[in-house]
Amino acid sequence: MAAAARFFIRGANSKLSVSGIGPGAHSSLGAALLKLSPNCSSRLKAQRRHAAHFTFHPDPVPTQYGPTQKMNLFQSITNALDNTLASDPTAVIFGEDVAFGGVFRCTVGLRDKYGKDRVFNTPLCEQGIVGFGIGAAAAGATAIAEIQFADYIYPAFDQIVNEAAKYRYRSGNLYDCGNLTIRSPWGCVGHGSLYHSQSPEAFFAHCPGIKIVIPRGPVQAKGLLLACIADRNPCIFFEPKILYRAAVEQVPVESYTIPLSQAEILKEGSDVTLVAWGTQVHVLREVASMAQEKLGVSCEVIDLKTILPWDNETVCKSVVKTGRLLISHEAPVTGGFAAEISSTVQEECFLNLEAPISRVCGYDTPFPHIFEPFYIPDKWKCFDAIKRMINY
Amino acid sequence: MFSVSIGRGVARLPLSANETRSLLQAATQQKTVDSSLEKPQFPGASAEFVDHLEFIQPNVISGIPVYRVMDRQGKIIDPSQDPQVHPSQDDVGRISFYMTNYGEEGTHIGSAAALEPTDLVFGQYREAGVLMYRGFPLDLFMAQCYANADDLGKGRQMPVHYGSKDLNFVTISSPLATQIPQAAGAAYAIKRENMNRVVICYFGEGAASEGDAHAGFNFSATLECPLIFFCRNNGYAISTPTNEQYRGDGIAARGPGYGMLSIRVDGNDVFAVYNATKEARRRAVAENQPFLIEAMTYRIGHHSTSDDSSAYRSVDEVNYWDKQDHPISRLRHYMTARGWWSEDDERSWRKQSRKTVMEAFERAERRLKPNVELLFTDVYDELTPGLSRQRESLARHMQQYKEHYPLDLYEK
Repeated sequence: MAAAARFFIRGANSKLSVSGIGPGAHSSLGAALLKLSPNCSSRLKAQRRHAAHFTFHPDPVPTQYGPTQKMNLFQSITNALDNTLASDPTAVIFGEDVAFGGVFRCTVGLRDKYGKDRVFNTPLCEQGIVGFGIGAAAAGATAIAEIQFADYIYPAFDQIVNEAAKYRYRSGNLYDCGNLTIRSPWGCVGHGSLYHSQSPEAFFAHCPGIKIVIPRGPVQAKGLLLACIADRNPCIFFEPKILYRAAVEQVPVESYTIPLSQAEILKEGSDVTLVAWGTQVHVLREVASMAQEKLGVSCEVIDLKTILPWDNETVCKSVVKTGRLLISHEAPVTGGFAAEISSTVQEECFLNLEAPISRVCGYDTPFPHIFEPFYIPDKWKCFDAIKRMINY
Repeated sequence: MFSVSIGRGVARLPLSANETRSLLQAATQQKTVDSSLEKPQFPGASAEFVDHLEFIQPNVISGIPVYRVMDRQGKIIDPSQDPQVHPSQDDVGRISFYMTNYGEEGTHIGSAAALEPTDLVFGQYREAGVLMYRGFPLDLFMAQCYANADDLGKGRQMPVHYGSKDLNFVTISSPLATQIPQAAGAAYAIKRENMNRVVICYFGEGAASEGDAHAGFNFSATLECPLIFFCRNNGYAISTPTNEQYRGDGIAARGPGYGMLSIRVDGNDVFAVYNATKEARRRAVAENQPFLIEAMTYRIGHHSTSDDSSAYRSVDEVNYWDKQDHPISRLRHYMTARGWWSEDDERSWRKQSRKTVMEAFERAERRLKPNVELLFTDVYDELTPGLSRQRESLARHMQQYKEHYPLDLYEK
């Protein structure tokens, strides 16, 4: 469906605001107002935008994959797609508005470089995009489909859940669509509201046969996306859209992959294990520093990276060591992927736990526009949860 | 990009009501099989046998003419088609053409004027003019865009997601085309009420590619729903031009495939839109069947304020539609020729409109945001115990960490 409203699609010249969360007007309306009426501007500015809800923490410069270049997250995606189109003549990239570069600029320049038979617009129909991708993959092509927003992936739910995920199993491995990768912008962005903010990974985590991957920054994004494309199973790759411009790192220009289903310990610690993926990793990194400074509590921060099939070994080992676990995601808490992690850890590490496992997640409501600052599992909510676990 | 039909330009609906009904009935009735007849007996189609191999050409339905009443200079072409409107100063004053949806105002106002206020509207998100025509106050438009405490939607949605129970305008949803099958269901319910109402459903030519569009068309035809499908074909779905969206003759050409009466109109001609919608409304109610109106227009504005359309279309192309073929200019020519409007009127009207809008902006901006507790209501009809606990937990948290939340901007 719908790629619907796509209200805040970012055109070629616009900037994605990271500072998020504006109790002021919708940012662009605000801009119009500034132009028209100078006497409103000071109040508007004063009203506008609290600080971002996270601080992006860049990865160290990778040394093992050759020369690097400064890239933001959307450029690292473009770069990964560029590598794929160059090395794999069967690779095709398609979706709504991808030909002119995509509404988040992830495919800029690729049509001109590789031809319009390889990088093309589809009609506006998500079930069509995924079904087309499955067919192309089943017939031997490397199919890279873009769904314009993760919030609009649901018309393709049937194609993903009943078709892509079961292609290999139902045919006794006669057919598969492992060459399919579905990319989609994901997560909160400060003013996205109900239909430009969702984190739907848990819906798909209930579906054996697909892989779900979510990167935390440009270096990870490129390596994990190339791993998804190379993987012999259909993958959904969710891209934290708030990081497209905000996250900048030195990214290797050559092709490289980062293994799927391997979580990464970003910071070692001894008292509490903190698990997240995507943007929320950066929130938890800051929370870990706050806990150290204000509480003298040592946190171990884990980026799960692959949601399905997930790396329970790394998480459980950490909890055995720390005895406490906090999981945080933006999606509603009930039925979110934190519930799955929590349940597994409870089974595997019951006698090691010093406090109940804590989930700091979105509330069980749709993603609300003007209430976003209150809805998101921000650093203060996570910090408070750590305090409660320590004092349990 | 679009073929514009000149000449008489009056597209007559090809069949009378009775003719259409009997044809539709013939096509849909279960037939009794009679093997003695040398005719196909397949239940799924009514047709003859042929003995030569021939594919039907894709252009068998093509060049559907564009119905118009005025030429580009605002002159009535055929006086019998003149809807004879006489706008009073009040009417003009209520409708601001200058705010949003630039280039598509003719489709909004022309169709809205042809409906009854009780007719139910399912919009997409580019139909602010329809709501405005029904009298939705400027301050409520602003309240929604600012998500302030006066917003009927309680600050939960992005700008332009208007809705009004009083004005029979179902709240806008961002996902595209979802409203199309819903409109069919609503029309079915309304038909059973038998209250002389119709449903109108707006969407773009891009949304018509969604599976939901197919479902809505097919359901409304088979279930005989009093429904007007109003497609705004404005040439672009964000950056995607129509030749990458479909290869048939637009959206109107699909109507016959669904057994639906269809017409194409010049969307920049407010009177053509009015006449077509009025007639479709009359017949939809009288005959309980859906109608498809394809209004050809041009999205002069960017897709949204976050879009820069110069990345995918030429400035010359946009200028042509802005300067040479704009729905408001055409209506202005028409009104000026009758002495109903002048350069002076135009100037003072623009000035006054701008002032009114800016004042509304300022009021909306000063207003507080809705109470934070509204984050949790309306998920269900009543607050569930779980949500109630979450609400209390947030309240306790905000009490303890209040310096980190912009609480002073929200109503207490």
